Amino acid sequence: MGPSGNIFLLVHCNVNFPDQLLSERPCFKIASPMPPSAQIVPAPSLVEIDNVTFAYDTRTILKGISLSIPKGKVVAIMGGSGCGKTTLLRLIGGQIKPSKGEVRVAGSAVHELDGDALYDLRRKMGMLFQFGALFTDMSVYENVAFQMREHTDLPESMIRDLVLMKLNAVGLRGAAHLMPSELSGGMARRVALARAIALDPMLMMYDEPFAGLDPISLGVIGQLIRQLNDALGATSILVTHDIVESLAIVDYVYFVSEGSIVAEGTPAEIRASQEPFVRQFVGGLPDGPVPFQYPAKPYADDLMGAPRA
Amino acid sequence: MGNPFVDGFIKIGFAARFFLAVLWQSGTAFRRFGLIIREVYFSGVLSLVIILVSGLFVGMVLGLQGYDTLQRFGASEALGVLVSLSLLRELGPVVAGLLFASRAGSAITAEIGLMKATEQLVAMEMMAVNPVARVIAPRFWAGVISMPILAALFSTMGILGGYLVGVVLIGVDAGSFWSQMQSQVDLYQDIGNGLIKSVVFGIAVSVIAVFEGFDAPATAEGVSGATTRTVVTSSLVILGLDFILTAFMFRGI
Repeated sequence: MGPSGNIFLLVHCNVNFPDQLLSERPCFKIASPMPPSAQIVPAPSLVEIDNVTFAYDTRTILKGISLSIPKGKVVAIMGGSGCGKTTLLRLIGGQIKPSKGEVRVAGSAVHELDGDALYDLRRKMGMLFQFGALFTDMSVYENVAFQMREHTDLPESMIRDLVLMKLNAVGLRGAAHLMPSELSGGMARRVALARAIALDPMLMMYDEPFAGLDPISLGVIGQLIRQLNDALGATSILVTHDIVESLAIVDYVYFVSEGSIVAEGTPAEIRASQEPFVRQFVGGLPDGPVPFQYPAKPYADDLMGAPRA
Repeated sequence: MGNPFVDGFIKIGFAARFFLAVLWQSGTAFRRFGLIIREVYFSGVLSLVIILVSGLFVGMVLGLQGYDTLQRFGASEALGVLVSLSLLRELGPVVAGLLFASRAGSAITAEIGLMKATEQLVAMEMMAVNPVARVIAPRFWAGVISMPILAALFSTMGILGGYLVGVVLIGVDAGSFWSQMQSQVDLYQDIGNGLIKSVVFGIAVSVIAVFEGFDAPATAEGVSGATTRTVVTSSLVILGLDFILTAFMFRGI
């Protein structure tokens, strides 16, 4: 029985259960959706960013930022360009180390892990890059099979079944023989998604998954992110500045501006928020806390005033 | 004034540590020998056309020029020796090295640079696969393996070209062409040293190509600059190393 009385059953589809692999259905039962009011006990955090400061050369990108990603949820991190969203993903993945503070994934501090331990952790993470980052010298099938071939000793027949399952989940089973150069942008991103979930990761990270897609592909990717998260029992972090698509699918939103959190809340709270930055961001208003005009001297002085020194 | 030099030193230092990292990861690369074979195809086999054709032409020119000079001294039977020693000792390793750097070296740099620009290397890292072991080391070892073979083929074609021009066209005695060559060319002194040179050049070109690709800024200008730098740096390093190696091998310095 779950904390608030709902019955839920979560079966983790491990690659060691061959009979589950042969069925077409996703091999998980999802937790029955709990109404927000019934969530009295907060889910434990999978990712904790604890007062992290990160500076690149002389530019400070993150200034003492703290946030936590609860297990099993889809969380969006939003903000303007250059505010540090992708840096957060890199910190979680262990590509860069924070100057101050701690980044903890599943309890262990990422920046303190050595090579092997870091690779063990990364095997449980899946990352979807902005333009897919498919390996261009391999076909779609081989791209999705890549992690299985590198990290497991499964026989080819089983790998074939798994690859076709993952491709079917994103709707591209028929495109398995194509090369990445023959795919459209949306299809490439879906293949990259299939590749990222190949080993059923516990944490999925999406770097601008909606950037540059047509409306149909937007809807498809959005639905896939939500459904795969629930089916895998995973946690997802979405870095994006697409308001419409993300508010429709996420459980919680963090707004980052100039290196710190300026607002946070559930999608309903965000839509109702009166916080100036949130209003400007959600409404797409040109002027507000993020100014329209690049810093310059007063207009009248520039037009009428003395010649420039 | 010091800034470019300091940057240059930092880059050389980074390249040296990168080279050590490639060597360290080579064990994994050799266990997946199929990867190296694949890269030998792309670097070595696809360079065969340019190497063989250039070898033939260089040999033919050597035959012409060599005959022209030698017959002034009445030493035209030594044409075989001239052609084969020039090729085996110098022209084979050096010219094949320059051609390899410009064809295969630039291709390797561009490929790795583009993989970096399209985030494929980062994606591989995030999938807990070391890109140095999986992508870089096979290309490095493919270059090291291909280079001596290509240099040997270049020299072979060159000697054949010299024979075609000297004996078949001009009419130097075939017997003296081959027999003088056989007596004058030493297995260890000439062929062996040429082989050592081509291995050294292969290592140099491969390291430079692989490093420039890995270090390229992730933009179009970055990759094009890196490709140019690979060819220029490889060529200068080959010629410089050639002088050093020749001084040690053939003059006993």
